[in-house]
Amino acid sequence: MALARSLGAVVSGVSGHLVQVEVDHSRGLPTVGLVGLPDASVIESKHRAKTAIVNSGLVWPKGRVTISLSPAELRKHGAGLDLAIAMGILGATGQIAPELIHNTVFLAELGLDGSLRSIPGALPCVIAAAQAGINSVVVPHGNIAQCRLVPATCAVACSDLNHVISYLRGESQPLAVGATTEPDSTELVDLSDVVGQEEARWALEVAAVGRHNLSMIGSPGVGKTLLAQRIVGILPPLTEYETLQATAIHAVASALTCSSPITRPPFEAPHHSASMAALVGSVHGHRVTPGALTRAHHGVLFLDEAPEFSRNALEALRQPLESGHIALSRSSWTGLLPARFQLVLAANPCPCGNALTDTAKVCGCTSLALRKYTMQVSGPLRDRIDINILIPGIRGSRAGESSAVVRERVIAARQRSAQRFADFPWATNSEVSPASLRVDFYPDPAGAELLNSFVGHSSGLRGSHRVLRVAWSLADLAGNRRPTREDVSLAIHLRNSEMAMAS
Amino acid sequence: MKPKDALGKYGEELAARYLSKNGMVILERNWRCDLGEIDVIARDKDELVICEVKTRRSALFGEPIECVTPRKVRRMRGLALRWLDTRSVSPRNIRFDVVGILAPIAGPPTITHIRGV
Repeated sequence: MALARSLGAVVSGVSGHLVQVEVDHSRGLPTVGLVGLPDASVIESKHRAKTAIVNSGLVWPKGRVTISLSPAELRKHGAGLDLAIAMGILGATGQIAPELIHNTVFLAELGLDGSLRSIPGALPCVIAAAQAGINSVVVPHGNIAQCRLVPATCAVACSDLNHVISYLRGESQPLAVGATTEPDSTELVDLSDVVGQEEARWALEVAAVGRHNLSMIGSPGVGKTLLAQRIVGILPPLTEYETLQATAIHAVASALTCSSPITRPPFEAPHHSASMAALVGSVHGHRVTPGALTRAHHGVLFLDEAPEFSRNALEALRQPLESGHIALSRSSWTGLLPARFQLVLAANPCPCGNALTDTAKVCGCTSLALRKYTMQVSGPLRDRIDINILIPGIRGSRAGESSAVVRERVIAARQRSAQRFADFPWATNSEVSPASLRVDFYPDPAGAELLNSFVGHSSGLRGSHRVLRVAWSLADLAGNRRPTREDVSLAIHLRNSEMAMAS
Repeated sequence: MKPKDALGKYGEELAARYLSKNGMVILERNWRCDLGEIDVIARDKDELVICEVKTRRSALFGEPIECVTPRKVRRMRGLALRWLDTRSVSPRNIRFDVVGILAPIAGPPTITHIRGV
């Protein structure tokens, strides 16, 4: 008798996909047929929709209701299609004009009383709607704050089924959105908490400028963890686009619906017992749970006690470090998860932790144990770390600058590199391609001379590229137009200080 | 006879009258075999109609037709084949109908007829 269409969306991986919900109402025995690869939570949706419709004082159709979710080959999961299905049924039975719903995306789980409930992963769905050129999205109140991040889309919040209907008819206003709560700008942890450690502090700053991967080796209790936790505080805030991506990932990753957008670089510090699945992401049924590497996208991944991680876990870092994503292949889902993070490693110098101390403690590790410990972080992974520093003991007692002061310098340096990269695809020094380093971004003659001798001496070409990238960050901090001899020399020092001490 | 059986009987009577008034020829009623029972078997032009009748006093526990579950419909198909085995008719088409009768204690009954479930 009647056919109506509405739009919903589901999450696959960490991105949203629009789903067209077609509802046909015809004569026949009262049954509800749901087709289009729904999983258990979507099949349950017809019960929620029915009860919600009846309890909202609306009419559940007599006769046969057929609901088709297309594209048919995409597996649908989650309760987020509830509202789209309910609206389709109301459209097919003429309780709302079908033309009011066919170009609107509905994202909400329905309560039995007809209220709209927040869903995980609303943001990627709204992004998908915006990409498809749809500018009308209805979401629950709990999801509206993050959905407003999408510039092109007009997302509105409604309280319940009747409210959605009256809003679509133009009879009532959507829920007022409270002013988005700005994340607390006062830092919980500040760089000024760290006493002394001038060199480590400086290395942290250089790493922040170029988003260089950083390794810190030091005795227990010298403040490695303290320093690492403070790197986020000196990084520039995320750009609009990065915020959108990071918030979308966290919206999918957290079973809870996080309400406020992520505007600071995320900081992920998985415990060293973390499994592969916890790091790279896992697939349950057809639902993908992003791992720590993906949650650290545009932020920092900190591996404390790095050699204690399993070898597999550490090797899994290599692909994302190189390409910025994880190609996850499981029987029920295959796809790319974004994972462009800045890696920060911390480790003790040896299993007992006493190898570097200047105190009376003596290292009791056998050479074999030491070797096993240091080999845990493999050569290829070590090769991807631009800055290696040693923190032998607590040096100096002066409280240093605060995070805010250092962040100002980092932002200024980033702006200098951003100007330089205006015609190039990269954003930070650590991303510059080797070819471009040779052609466009070479150091000044004195610096080049030093760099060449470095290539000849100790390190291969790849090593020299890494040194040059760090040299650029140093030049950006110092305000030099090209890396000078001093910048290159400092960069070599930052790359090699660990090896120099170890030998 | 129990009251519920009496109500069923009454409903089937109403249904049969309703169907024949609508141009169908009743072939058989309450045909039984080991699989179960067909309430009404009728002919509508060149179609064979297998009809299930559901009668209720009130819609408190759902409309009468809502009580015909997909499982019951599947059973009707089995019954129809069994009936055809025992008769020498070869209809061009078989249709499965449901007649729902709401027969309140006070007031006239309402009949819902669904063709081709």
